Amino acid sequence: MFAFIIRRALQTIMVMLVISLIGFSIKSNIGDPVRDLVGERVTPAERAEIADKLGLNDPFFAQYTRFVKNVLYGDFGTSLIYRKPCLEVILKHAPATIELVLGAALIIILISLPLGVFSALKPKHLFSRFIMGFSTLGVSIPVFLTAIMLIYLFSVTLGWLPSYGRGETVDIFNNGYWNSGLLTIDGLQHLVLPCISLASIMLPLYIRLIRSEMMEVLETEYIKYAWAKGLAPTRIWLVHAFKNTLLPVVTVFGLQIGIMFAFTILTETVFQWQGMGFMFLEAIQRADISLLIAYLVIVASVFVLVNTVVDIFYGFINPTVRISGTK
Amino acid sequence: MKKLILLGLSLFMVLSFTCSAGAKTLKVGLDADPVSLDPQVQLSGGMLQLSHWVFDPLVRWNKDHQIVPRLAEKWERLDELTMRFYLHKGVKFHSGNTLTTKDVKWSFERLQKSIDFKGLFEPFESVTIVDDYTVDIKTKKAYPLLLNMATYIFPMDSEFYTGTDATGQPKDACVKFTHTFANGNESGTGPFVVKKFEQGIVLEMTRFKDYWDTKSPGNVSKVILTPIKENATRVAALLSGDVDFISPVPPTDFKRIRSDSKVDLVTLNGGRIITFQMNQDRVEAFKNVKVRQAICYAVNNAGIVEKIMKGTASVAAQQSPVGYQGHKTGLKPRFDLDKAKALMKEAGYAKGLEITMMAPNDRYVNDAKIAEATAQMLGKIGIKVNLKTMPKAQYWDEYDKRAADMMMIGWHSDTEDSGNFSEFLTMCTNADTGYGQYNSGAYCNKKIDELVIGAQSETDVAKRTEMLQKVEQILHDEAAFLPFHWQNHSYAAKKNFKIEPIVNALNFPYFGDLVIE
Repeated sequence: MFAFIIRRALQTIMVMLVISLIGFSIKSNIGDPVRDLVGERVTPAERAEIADKLGLNDPFFAQYTRFVKNVLYGDFGTSLIYRKPCLEVILKHAPATIELVLGAALIIILISLPLGVFSALKPKHLFSRFIMGFSTLGVSIPVFLTAIMLIYLFSVTLGWLPSYGRGETVDIFNNGYWNSGLLTIDGLQHLVLPCISLASIMLPLYIRLIRSEMMEVLETEYIKYAWAKGLAPTRIWLVHAFKNTLLPVVTVFGLQIGIMFAFTILTETVFQWQGMGFMFLEAIQRADISLLIAYLVIVASVFVLVNTVVDIFYGFINPTVRISGTK
Repeated sequence: MKKLILLGLSLFMVLSFTCSAGAKTLKVGLDADPVSLDPQVQLSGGMLQLSHWVFDPLVRWNKDHQIVPRLAEKWERLDELTMRFYLHKGVKFHSGNTLTTKDVKWSFERLQKSIDFKGLFEPFESVTIVDDYTVDIKTKKAYPLLLNMATYIFPMDSEFYTGTDATGQPKDACVKFTHTFANGNESGTGPFVVKKFEQGIVLEMTRFKDYWDTKSPGNVSKVILTPIKENATRVAALLSGDVDFISPVPPTDFKRIRSDSKVDLVTLNGGRIITFQMNQDRVEAFKNVKVRQAICYAVNNAGIVEKIMKGTASVAAQQSPVGYQGHKTGLKPRFDLDKAKALMKEAGYAKGLEITMMAPNDRYVNDAKIAEATAQMLGKIGIKVNLKTMPKAQYWDEYDKRAADMMMIGWHSDTEDSGNFSEFLTMCTNADTGYGQYNSGAYCNKKIDELVIGAQSETDVAKRTEMLQKVEQILHDEAAFLPFHWQNHSYAAKKNFKIEPIVNALNFPYFGDLVIE
């Protein structure tokens, strides 16, 4: 176990180094950050002077070693557009995204489970066919369109829900980092549409996944045996079949949550949702190189970290899974 | 039970109505928000808008493009170089300090050091305090645009910005890329005091209770500004009632907003000219005036305004928009395909030629679409165009390198004067003087340089007008660039927000004077 953790830690460092190297090598293609900082009539000479002060004209290697050295001291650089340390900017934008993803995950779980199970149990039922047709439609509509349609239906036409932003937020720890929209009614109302949009990408997938897994389980020997034994149908479905359906679903869900973070970029842009995806896009558009690289490095390391933790826990939960590296 | 519910409902309605009637809140959705609270740190539309809300200029432009008094209640010319300004008395800063000429001098000198503004204030010599409320502003040479420039002087509270902040940095530091005192704190004389500023998220301002302009009809007590970058979301936010005022309005939504009975749409002619420049250093053919003229004849810019801009721009055949001294009324767009083909033939390019073209895709309204249409139109006279469009973050690098044969550039005159267009776009490029910095066409005509530089110190309005109009005529005749249109500004608001009187061609909505009914 110890060897495993050490190995993973080394891997994390490698990943961070590689990601930051990639970030540094594409940075000249992203654009000139100085342009966004100055007015149009500032002369090229003055722009060059600012670039000099920011250290943008230094050789590639010098810039990179400076970056790595600073990171070792916990300094990920200063965001040019926010004028604050990158780490602080990213941490302040993270809660919005986390709440959005949590909300979407909740919607996915609450809707995909009953619908998936139902359509597996009654595949020929009219409602099941409707679910399947609807989920095909859901997969094929881009999230951008879903979001705009939701806004026009529920905000503009019906006026039930707010159209953009996070609404009223509460500063949970009173230090300005975690502004939560979960604690106010206004904040929760603002969450509804973005969460549905984000969920709409994954929801059809899960309904289909649960349906096919469940149908497969229903064909297995032990279910047939249970029927033969004369158990009540609800008990067979919900206790015996459903439980075994869940295992692979949970595994996929764990993996897909990460991908959902990536999908937030679109959702957050449409809803002017001030999360990490929105911040990332802003950083690209305005060529805030420091923020971009810091974001990539931090997100990559979080991913590796989460994966490691999951792997370790997996070993505890399911002893048949052996962590490579333990003997 | 039913009655009880009804009673409760009506009570709720009455209560919520009185609530909304008590505080006049204006919720604004703009495509971008100010980047700082320091009015001198960046010269951009967003920052100037903020300056008009939180600070106040000596003088400002009104809707009819006239300069009207603000903090300077009157002014007089002492001699060819000097203008005397008389300040309004009893004006308070948000900190409680009183505005005096000391603050004007302090702010002016800070402007002269600001990277973004020092270019604009280059023609100025000094500011001399006569007494607490009288100040002389002096230029190096006779300068006809002195008053235009006074619209950029937003006095800051010199006492408030003096000293050092918690980190030991001087409070008056004017730095773009690190945190400074002035970037996050303000004390101006303007109608609104900043209560909360989270860049990119929200700007909250409340009305300044000691605001000097008691004659202003404005009754907005609170402004909440949220940037909403996505066009469709911004429009939806207005239509759903989440915000009261939006700008800009995407052209595709004009019809929808006009047909909605709850909101008003206001559009105004703006001053930003959109052009393509033809690089004579890169393409031998562009040295030939006939080829350049052929290009101007081949492009149907009126059609582009109608089809692509949906009528939300004014067709242009010169740099200066209507109302500028240099605007020459006779110049008309010249779309004539036969003439264009004939000119190509005369120039010896009947077989056509192949060129490269670059344009940004997120800088001007419909920029990439305009470029695509142009490329197609040029195809009709045998010019094969290899078009590349890209985000502005990358485009300006390419522009500086003059990396394509035709490049798009839009320009708004900072001085609200015709000369500024030529100084940047069509004068011979000169790294020492800075003239022609954005002349990627490498067009160079000594006569233009002479006229524009002459106009800089010509105080006789009639003579100056003649000179600047002559510039436009020459540029037109020589087809120095390919003009498209001046972009319009567009605003939409709920009907009870009377935005018509407070918006202007400069795109500075004066929220201080906004009346909510």
